[in-house]
This record gives sequence, structure tokens and C-alpha cells, in this order.
Amino acid sequence: MIAAQGLQKTYGDKIVLDGVDFDVEAGSVFSMLGPNGAGKTTTVNILTTLTKADAGGARVGGHDVVTATREVRKVIGVTGQFAAVDELLTGRENLRMMADLKRIRSAEKVVAGLLERFDLVESADKMASTYSGGMRRKLDLAMTLVGNPQIIFLDEPTTGLDPRSRRTMWDIVRELVAEGTTIFLTTQYLEEADQLADRIAVLDQGRIVAQGTPLELKRQIPGTHVRLRFADARTLDTAAGFLPESTRDDQELTLRVPSDGGSRSLRALLDRLDEHAVNAEEFSVHTPDLDDVFFALTGRANPSSSTSTTTSTTTTEAIAR
Amino acid sequence: MSTLSVSLGDSAIMLRRNFKHTVRNPATVFQAVLFPVVMMFMFVYVFGDAFNVGGKYVDYAVPGLIVMALSYGMGPTATAVNDDMTKGIINRFRTMDVSHGAVLTGHVVATTVRGLIADAVIVGVGFAMGFRSDATALDWLGVVGLSLLLGFAASWLTVAMGLAAKSPESAGMGTVPLIMLPFLSSAFVPASKMGPGIRQFAEYQPFTPIIETLRGLLSGGHVATGTAIQGLAWCIGLALVGYLWAVSTFRKRA
Repeated sequence: MIAAQGLQKTYGDKIVLDGVDFDVEAGSVFSMLGPNGAGKTTTVNILTTLTKADAGGARVGGHDVVTATREVRKVIGVTGQFAAVDELLTGRENLRMMADLKRIRSAEKVVAGLLERFDLVESADKMASTYSGGMRRKLDLAMTLVGNPQIIFLDEPTTGLDPRSRRTMWDIVRELVAEGTTIFLTTQYLEEADQLADRIAVLDQGRIVAQGTPLELKRQIPGTHVRLRFADARTLDTAAGFLPESTRDDQELTLRVPSDGGSRSLRALLDRLDEHAVNAEEFSVHTPDLDDVFFALTGRANPSSSTSTTTSTTTTEAIAR
Repeated sequence: MSTLSVSLGDSAIMLRRNFKHTVRNPATVFQAVLFPVVMMFMFVYVFGDAFNVGGKYVDYAVPGLIVMALSYGMGPTATAVNDDMTKGIINRFRTMDVSHGAVLTGHVVATTVRGLIADAVIVGVGFAMGFRSDATALDWLGVVGLSLLLGFAASWLTVAMGLAAKSPESAGMGTVPLIMLPFLSSAFVPASKMGPGIRQFAEYQPFTPIIETLRGLLSGGHVATGTAIQGLAWCIGLALVGYLWAVSTFRKRA
């Protein structure tokens, strides 16, 4: 349904895409995972006819994105990174405008149906400028769905959304897939790709560094583990002695012990520490996030994650549970 | 459907959108319609008596205010166009097989119509303030036609600025010269009474021949042919520059 070969794009002297290939099967969800600046949006822009690639080519719905632009535009729906809704129009008017532009005959019915489906009936006649972030995203997606496009591009659809709105978005995506829509989704969240995608491509600095099913990718990255930090090297030695499955970091004075993060196994681990009268200064459950994937796949830290701490919190759901 | 009917249809949808914007944005209505009226009160009641223009001041000021009302209406358009550009609305339309330029045409037509409404208000309030004209129906037609042309030209120029600007704020700033120019023209004071330098500027800048033509038409058709041609040429020239600039910026940036 979507096929890209050797996509290259340079802005000035910055290489944004450096030979990207992938195929997306009809009716599947393909997720492009990567940090800011990896080239995700550029890829979406090329596939949705907004930008031309410098080299390489792509076909969407069987049509070439450069030579058959109009045909491509007829079969796709695009929800960009920032909710592109008209703030001075109401939700209903926004949807109506889309229906009119697509020359849909039963526009009123289509609009009413989408408002219902996206739970926007109550605010349908309020201006979109009064909507919350989550509602805007929903309206944006509803606008994309006017006319039932076969292929939908979602560029970071949940960035900046609260957890509840994120769940709602996920449910909507799942419904679309159930209806047979092909979805191309970009995200910064490993969990999101894991939840939704049939295939994931990890993009880093314009290259795909890994590609496969979520399961295949999970095998390549470290699972959930417990991080123990000790006061001194001697305690670290002792602990490493009775925890042979662990990996040690002498500089940080830490041990990484594989674990499923469940309460039973955590208690067992604490018991073992007690048995040997070893005290860990710090005990944290670490679930893999994009940083770990990056580290595992590229051997270096995620360049865009300077703000996030190395120890992810336990609220992140584990991909490798 | 033919390409033309598709693009006309798309433009009509966009125009409807722009009209709704105008009506719903009090700031736009204020800046485009009310503010020129406020200026009119200021000039006619506060400053007017201090200027010697050889006749009733309100009769002198109305043509200038017609032009001023048009230029004040441009600010909101520049901001709106830039908003569409930076907030992804234009990209949304571009991924949808919406005919090229329908968004721009919508803005231009809506701005021009808004300008004409502002002009109608100015003339109406002018009459209430004692403005009298000897213009024939044909002269009035000329006034409407020239205002329409100027509004159209300024709108294209403004749309281009809105597209080229980096942010809505700088887009709004871009129209400031358009707002300042009437002050440095014969709109409120005859150019001959201005100091050296400014006088030459006022005589040769686009708004002066346009205002003088309007003034001539409103006073009963005493228009110098040369002035009228100059005024028309400026309008057509500005429209052309604005249009070409807008289209090329749209291609490049969108």
C-alpha cells in the first residue's frame, strides 16, 4: 500500500533522510519510531506529496507521489504534528468544510456521524479555539477521516496529550484498522508503537536502524530490570557475587538485574539482598523506553532526550514485559 | 467537473470560511471597520479646523479616509494568512487535492469585500457628519471601482507578506507601511503644505494620485486625466507585484 525506496532529503547541508526503504502492507499499521529530528515528519511530508525527495521514490496506494500527486491525494488522509483545525470555526463547521472540499453529497450525515463517533457532539457548535488539546486532536483526526480515506498518515498523533486522551486516540486507531484502513504512524513513544503497530521501523538520523515486528524488536533491546546502586565498590563486589545474572557498572557502582518488575520477584530480590546483609543505596525498577532502544540499536544515547533521566519511571509500561 | 468549476467551488468554500473569520473576530472588525471611523472623528472634529484645505474639512477628508479604511483592513489579513501557513491549515489543504490558490483567493476576496464594507461605513458616517458630494452616479461608480481595485491590489500584497513572514506578529508588522502611507499622502493635508522632502514623497507615492482621483470624482468629476492614469497604474502594478510575490512564495514555502 505504501512503498518507499532509497528516500533521500537534504536541507542545506543537513542530511535529513539518508536512504530510507520500507513497505507497508494494506490494512496494517506501520509505525516509524524515532526522536525529534530523526526525519519522521520529512518522511510523512514526502509520502503525502508536501515535499519532494532529492532521490529515491515512493508509491502510495499504487500511485507515484511525484508523478501522480492528485491520485495520491485522493486516497490519503493526513493528520499533521500540530492539530490543523480552524480555530475560528466550530467543530461542525470544520468537518463541514472538509466534506464540502471533498464534494461529499450527504455532507450533513457524514459530519453528524463523525461528531458522534469522536464524542464531540456537545461541543460541535463551539469554536475550536475553546477546545482542549485532546479535543482538537480528535477533531483533527475526524477531519482527516471525512470521505473515508484508505490510507491515513498520523504524525505524532499523541504527542502532548494526557494519558486518557492518548488511550482514546489508540482506540480510534484500532477501530480504523479493524475497518481495513492502512495506517502510517510516527511516534516518539515506544509504548505507542508497541501497542498499535504491526511493524515498526526505528529511525535515527535519517536512517532506519532496525525494522521488524514489535516482538522482533523487543528481542534486541534490554528488558525490564532493577537497578541497584551501592555505596562502595566492595558492596558492589559482594552483590555481584550472589547475583550472577546481573550486569555491573563499576563507574556508576550499579548492578542491573533482569526482572519482570512484579511485586513477587522484587520481594525475592530484596530477600536475597537481606540474606547477604547487603544494602543498596538506591533501588529502582527500570522499564525500557526509547532511550534504551536507541542505546541498544545505535550504541549511543538518544540525542534528543537530554531532559529525560536515564532511569525511567515505573509508570512507563514495559515493552519487554 | 471542469478544473475551473472545481477551483471556483473551492474558492467559494474558502471565502465562506474567511467571512466567518471576519465576523467572529472582534479585533478584525474593530481594526478594519471601527478604527477608520474613529480616525474620521479625530480628523474631522479634533484636527480638522486647524487645517486650511479650502472648503469643508469633511469633504476633503472622506476620500483619504476611504483609502485609509482599506489599508487598515490589511493587518488582520496578513496575520490570518500567516496563521494558516504556520499552523498547518494550508498543508492540510495541500494534501487534499484542493485547487491551488483557493486559500489565497478566499483571503483576497474576503479582504476586498471587507474593505468595501468599511468604505461604505466611512461614506455613510461621512454623510452624517456633513459630507456632501456633487458626484454623479457615474462618478460614484468610478469611486467604487477604484476602491475595489486598490483593495484588490493591497490584498494581494498583504497575502504575499503574510505568506513570506516568519510569524503572525511579523506578518502584522509588515502591513504597517501600508497603514502609514496615507498619513504621508494628501489624505488629510494637501501635499503642497508639507515640508520639503516629505512633500516630494507625498506627491510621488502611490496613495496620493489614488486619493486625488477619488477626491476629484467625489467633488463632481474634476479629475485630471494624468492623475487618474497614475492612480490606476499604481493599483494595477501593486496588484501584479502582490500576486506574483504571493504565488511564488506559496510555491516555495507551502
